[in-house]
Amino acid sequence: MLKEENKIFKNLYNEYGWELENAVKRDDWLDTKKIIDKGRDWIINEIKTSELRGRGGAGFSTGLKWSFAPKKVGSRPHYLVINADESEPGTCKDRDILRFEPQKLIEGCLITSYAVNAKVCYVYIRGEYSNEGKRLQEAIDQAYSKNLIGKNASNTGWDLDIYIHYGAGAYICGEETALLESLEGNKGQPRLKPPFPALVGLYGCPTIVNNVETIAVVPTILRRGAKWFASMGRPKNTGTKIFCISGNVNTPCNVEEEMGIPLKELIEKHAGGVIGGWKNLQAVIPGGSSMPMVPKDICETLRMDFDSLVGVKSGLGTAGVVVINKDEDIIKCMARIARFYKHESCGQCTPCREGAGWMWRILERTAKGEATHKDIDLLSDVTKQIEGHTICAFGEGSAWPVQGLLRHFRKEIDKRCTADPIFKKKRKIPYLIDQHNLESKDA
Amino acid sequence: MSLKKIHDNQPDKFEFTETNLDLADKILKKYPSDQKKSAVMPLLYLAQNQNENWIPLAAMKYIGKFLNMPYINVYEIATFYSMYNLAPVGKYFVQVCTTSPCALRGANKLVDICKEKISKNQNELSQNGLCSWTEVECLGACINAPMMQVNEEYYEDLDETNTTKILNSFLEDKPLKSGSYRNRKNSAPEKNQILINGNKNA
Repeated sequence: MLKEENKIFKNLYNEYGWELENAVKRDDWLDTKKIIDKGRDWIINEIKTSELRGRGGAGFSTGLKWSFAPKKVGSRPHYLVINADESEPGTCKDRDILRFEPQKLIEGCLITSYAVNAKVCYVYIRGEYSNEGKRLQEAIDQAYSKNLIGKNASNTGWDLDIYIHYGAGAYICGEETALLESLEGNKGQPRLKPPFPALVGLYGCPTIVNNVETIAVVPTILRRGAKWFASMGRPKNTGTKIFCISGNVNTPCNVEEEMGIPLKELIEKHAGGVIGGWKNLQAVIPGGSSMPMVPKDICETLRMDFDSLVGVKSGLGTAGVVVINKDEDIIKCMARIARFYKHESCGQCTPCREGAGWMWRILERTAKGEATHKDIDLLSDVTKQIEGHTICAFGEGSAWPVQGLLRHFRKEIDKRCTADPIFKKKRKIPYLIDQHNLESKDA
Repeated sequence: MSLKKIHDNQPDKFEFTETNLDLADKILKKYPSDQKKSAVMPLLYLAQNQNENWIPLAAMKYIGKFLNMPYINVYEIATFYSMYNLAPVGKYFVQVCTTSPCALRGANKLVDICKEKISKNQNELSQNGLCSWTEVECLGACINAPMMQVNEEYYEDLDETNTTKILNSFLEDKPLKSGSYRNRKNSAPEKNQILINGNKNA
């Protein structure tokens, strides 16, 4: 278990107050000038040595990402964009950082902006988090009033302005290029990569996009040293991480833990165990709904870090752990996830736009016992047609969980798909259209 | 992609109030002077707030002129994002999260209560015209599931009794306070819950 003194987010539950004067007591803004005086190369190298990986889902090396930004500012300004469009089902860690540890984020913004030569930083917050956004704005105003940011921020000679931009309820805007499109005042539809945002990003300028948690841990890493951070967790999967444990557990909670903590320990120690006991566990979605679920037998020994989870054909994603016990219908759960992706597909690429709805309809049929045996192969085929054939990773995000279900719960599905393909019973549900939209008048 | 239909009765005119014009100028200063278009999302929010929580076509035309961008692009934005209401909603706009983590903890019961208390179908006004409700996708408070958002406030850790109470308070125009309904400290674990829950799912 993570020792109290090694915790980065000490105020995760707002026990000590979020205001600037309280944050300072927790060592925020301590010697920020000294850190920045050590120079860009030192900062980027230190982050590389700490082996910090992006906390937003993809797990890309943060130091490496920063080093992709041009070393000198050319004709175009650089931008830093913070991705606070937290919409992955099962994830609510950034919300607590915005509410209770805003100064960590703001200090991180200053250090990162300096490291990547940006003088303007946009924080893209999802529209639903309007109270959290107001809180962050208050914190930003407090930081401005003490000249921690703004002109000659913290006496470092660097100027930084932070602006908040609200999204408006589109999951896809969590994808970095869709986020940039949205920030430019367009529909949130992802761009083709390359060019990567580090070279051509916001308004065509070099832009670094990072998750809230990634930026919020940067000041502490630099203050306590990369070696301290790297000493926690496992090689290449270092440091601490906020885990969000929800679903069928006794005490759902957010908790900061060491990377590589066994899943069983995480659920039993922090979340009060599975409802009905560990033996009642059916499956766990380890990293937000885009990551394939893992069944109970794998959960016994599973460690929660990027590489271990890739090893069982899943992923750490955003570390939103959703626990499903045996009292739930696993196919119904999956159908609900598929409905989420059908609703949130941006509609740019045909395989994803059409496939997401297709998967949802087949799964809904399966859950009701109206699917035939042929539907299983069809479902598997649809997932493979989506995967890898779309501009952004949303395609994989919607197809992988279904593949995970097929991989681990084939027997369950076989049992359900018993409808006779020749005998056409009159079905009440018009499967070719989106049923839940039909129910409402304004469809 | 959300399905959206504009309202039948559209007002002819829309203009920002003095205060909102000031706010709009402040918003424009956030973005580079040659990138006014970036302000379209915040300005749509302003229009929505000014017009009882929905955006008429006249407002989209107005914003188009304000930002020097084609009207159809503003329309495109307003229809793409799900948080812009293009038809009137209740003074208390109840949004129930029904995505998996909430569904696992009984969000469907909340939907049933909404159907019973407010209106049979989504996006319909209640009989007294004060409330309307809709199902939404993940609101990012999975630890405090099941939950719902009413206007800007989050109501968390709900059960059937609490939800009924809360909805009644809106229908009577005396809203109850937001936050956790189990007196829980934000997203910290509650150690006494193990005993309360027993061994059953919600």
